[in-house]
Amino acid sequence: MTEPAMTEDLIAAHGLKPEEYAEILRILNRDPNFTELGIFSAMWNEHCSYKSSKKWLRTLPTEGPQVICGPGENAGVVDIGDGQAVVFKMESHNHPSYIEPYQGAATGVGGILRDVFTMGARPIAAMNSLSFGMPDHPKTRSVVSGVVAGVGGYGNCFGVPTIGGEVRFHPAYNGNCLVNAFAAGLADANAIFYSAASGVGMPVVYLGAKTGRDGVGGATMASAEFDETIEEKRPTVQVGDPFTEKRLMEACLELMQTGAVISIQDMGAAGLTCSAVEMGDKGGLGIRLDLDRVPQRETGMTPYEMMLSESQERMLMVLRPEKEAEARAVFDKWDLDFAIVGETIPEDRFLIEHQGRIVADLPLATLAGSAPEYDRPWVPTPAAEPLAPVPEIDPIDALKALISSPNYAHKAWVYEQYDQMVMADTVIAPGLGAGVVRVHGTSKALAFTSDVTPRYVRANPVEGGRQAVAEAYRNLTAVGATPLAATDNLNFGNPEKPEIMGQLVGAIQGIGEACKALDMPIVSGNVSLYNETDGEPILPTPTIGAVGLIEDLEHIIARPARAGHVLLLLGETTGHLGQSALLAEVFNREDGDAPHVDLEAERRHGAFIRANRDWIDACTDLSDGGLALAAFEMAETAEVGLVLEPGDTATYFGEDQGRYLIACSFDKAEALMVAAGRAGVPLTSVGRFTGDKLRLGTSEAPLAELSTLYRGAFAAALG
Amino acid sequence: MRAAVVTFPGSNCDRDLAVAFETAGFEVERVWHKDTALPDNLDVVGLPGGFSFGDYLRCGAIAANAPICREVIAFAKRGGHVLGVCNGFQVLVETGLLPGALMRNAGLRFVCKPVALKVETELSAFTGLYDSGTEVTIPVAHHDGNYQADAETLRMLDAEARVAFRYCDNPNGSAGDIAGILSENRRVLGMMPHPERAIDPLHGGTDGLALFSGLAEALVSA
Repeated sequence: MTEPAMTEDLIAAHGLKPEEYAEILRILNRDPNFTELGIFSAMWNEHCSYKSSKKWLRTLPTEGPQVICGPGENAGVVDIGDGQAVVFKMESHNHPSYIEPYQGAATGVGGILRDVFTMGARPIAAMNSLSFGMPDHPKTRSVVSGVVAGVGGYGNCFGVPTIGGEVRFHPAYNGNCLVNAFAAGLADANAIFYSAASGVGMPVVYLGAKTGRDGVGGATMASAEFDETIEEKRPTVQVGDPFTEKRLMEACLELMQTGAVISIQDMGAAGLTCSAVEMGDKGGLGIRLDLDRVPQRETGMTPYEMMLSESQERMLMVLRPEKEAEARAVFDKWDLDFAIVGETIPEDRFLIEHQGRIVADLPLATLAGSAPEYDRPWVPTPAAEPLAPVPEIDPIDALKALISSPNYAHKAWVYEQYDQMVMADTVIAPGLGAGVVRVHGTSKALAFTSDVTPRYVRANPVEGGRQAVAEAYRNLTAVGATPLAATDNLNFGNPEKPEIMGQLVGAIQGIGEACKALDMPIVSGNVSLYNETDGEPILPTPTIGAVGLIEDLEHIIARPARAGHVLLLLGETTGHLGQSALLAEVFNREDGDAPHVDLEAERRHGAFIRANRDWIDACTDLSDGGLALAAFEMAETAEVGLVLEPGDTATYFGEDQGRYLIACSFDKAEALMVAAGRAGVPLTSVGRFTGDKLRLGTSEAPLAELSTLYRGAFAAALG
Repeated sequence: MRAAVVTFPGSNCDRDLAVAFETAGFEVERVWHKDTALPDNLDVVGLPGGFSFGDYLRCGAIAANAPICREVIAFAKRGGHVLGVCNGFQVLVETGLLPGALMRNAGLRFVCKPVALKVETELSAFTGLYDSGTEVTIPVAHHDGNYQADAETLRMLDAEARVAFRYCDNPNGSAGDIAGILSENRRVLGMMPHPERAIDPLHGGTDGLALFSGLAEALVSA
């Protein structure tokens, strides 16, 4: 096969700017060949290099006594005591999920699970934050049903409980859905596996599924003529095989027990290229690969295709040579490929051989370390226009409008397609707030949540960024957990537009401030840019996935409210309606500023809940939809009526931050009031649980009627 | 009492099932699908939930032909007790130890939720601790749990009181709302719901525990 000539079009088709190509020439002192060009493009694309966001990501707090490993590895690692660690990360699979919803979402789940078990952790929980276009948009229903089935299809078969997530609809996602997959695993703190190779002449071993042409060019942009040679042969969206992944996980965890593994890296974006370079670079070594030994699913694959394939369920390992037979036996047991495909070498080279020829010879450290980094121009998001007057509305009518919107309706239609209980440690299944799983064989538990309110971020990126972290903090707090750390999945439009870059910069600033104030360092994350269709960007969506620890399940807050319980509101209510759910769903308006997040108050209120958690039967944070929606959800879950104190539209539907609802007996409520006085936090009684109606001031409706609406609306819109 | 729990590649409830047996006082041996013998002095074999061999051909079909399944069939034919949960139920019908077939859910979607079941018979080692007619809540999690059999088989299952559990609100389209059935000698139980996910108050309910502890009691007194 003759190689294509190095034309400007070919270079552009690889997503490389002329100045980036000039840098390649400077590094090599010669033209790269076709395979080398592919390798550079894979290493230097936005997805792998974070070239637009790196400067800003560095400002995030990533350290703390609880952090065992921060960003830079496959996933973050956080101490949970007793010699155990939780390993977690969130990652996007947006573009593939819009093109081919089922496989795009499925392989997103597969990729994040691999990131977790690569570190030596058994996955114990998954979440998915999903953003879709409007239900009446012609593509939305098929995207939703494909994505949800794909998430379920992969996670259910693999055998990890899906215990939380988000599902939202907004016209800004009509042409660009978001699929942000989170996974967390459990490991022994002294048995974490990293990617840095060590030792010269150590075998580089390929494990798992065979390499095919799927996903070639997935990490780069292909041009028309490029399509003719590569793209039309195979789809760019990879196909997931959860059965192979399950076996790969079992085999990897078993192999790790034998002491055979020096370092390990999964093959994700730009497969063999990224994983080999990563292992060599982190270990200060070179890597030699012999592509003839790579297990191949099809014949006649070129070095270019093999180096850029994104076939799923593959791993690369550096192995102790004396353990080879033992390692091979483990993979034989699980009927998976095991092939020595290369070795570590002392010199700084990435040397690829194929059919007796050297097909790429690149300086490895430079390839890994010299990815371009941009300080892209940005403009701060202008201050939001003041909120136009909001008319008073009957609160029951407004609540009905909210709960019959798929954004705020009950999401059972989604969650029932996910196995929420496999592993038999699920304590709080998905639905509202954080999900909780027990740490197997202990009385500890981990709480998980994912949060962001994109409307806020668009109106005010700094406040919106803060709010995403604060809401995650509150959701963990509301089940009695101590927030430990977070992962960020930053989804934005085209960073070459200064106003989009301004959103990114502002959101990262807000996230950083909140993570610092709330002691939730960012330990892993992912950036997804260029989420635009026809120049229309998505809402800026920095999803925060967060993990909290419940040291003893005795202290979990997980009981339902009961008749006779008092409803207490913790936090200040000023009635902030800007960018609220009420405006969007009832008045079709998205104006005003995002609510302000007082991080000191968040911290105080969170500490108050935790300090008094044994007196609290039920607790929920107040987020979009405000007091009325949160109170309704609490009553609906408990199947008991609720009478709320009279209030105006802003009181019922305002979205002031730092607030929680607490349900408990009258005696405990009195004790809590005393404690609140001492702690200096605002706690007021706002209602009581009684009867079978929901009464908001003077307006009321049977709870059963509201419940039917709430539980049927999602399927009615999308089923 | 000794239980064996089989692991096929793709099984993902094997640990959960082992924990449930242990909770009820069983000593549990884990068995690999390529094994060619079951442990000695065994009282019960558990076939767990999951996606054996990826469910890529037909749920349970490849697993039913795994080396260990020859031994499981022989064990059952000697009068041994076998419990197949979810994918394990699918394997049991594929081996022929139980009649019928499990088709794709009528709603065509995976369904995972706690469901109400009616205990139809207390005449088995598995259901002896329940009272017939009792309603219990046990979760389901499956894509292919729609039990179907020809009319004659369904009549026979009814006539011989071999339906162990029926759904109170059918989640998958099963004929006769069937959630679990017994073999002719009442020693093989296949069921789609997961009793091992309802054995601890943290699961939100413990209605599944009586199945395992009832089995333990029955085997001790046997």
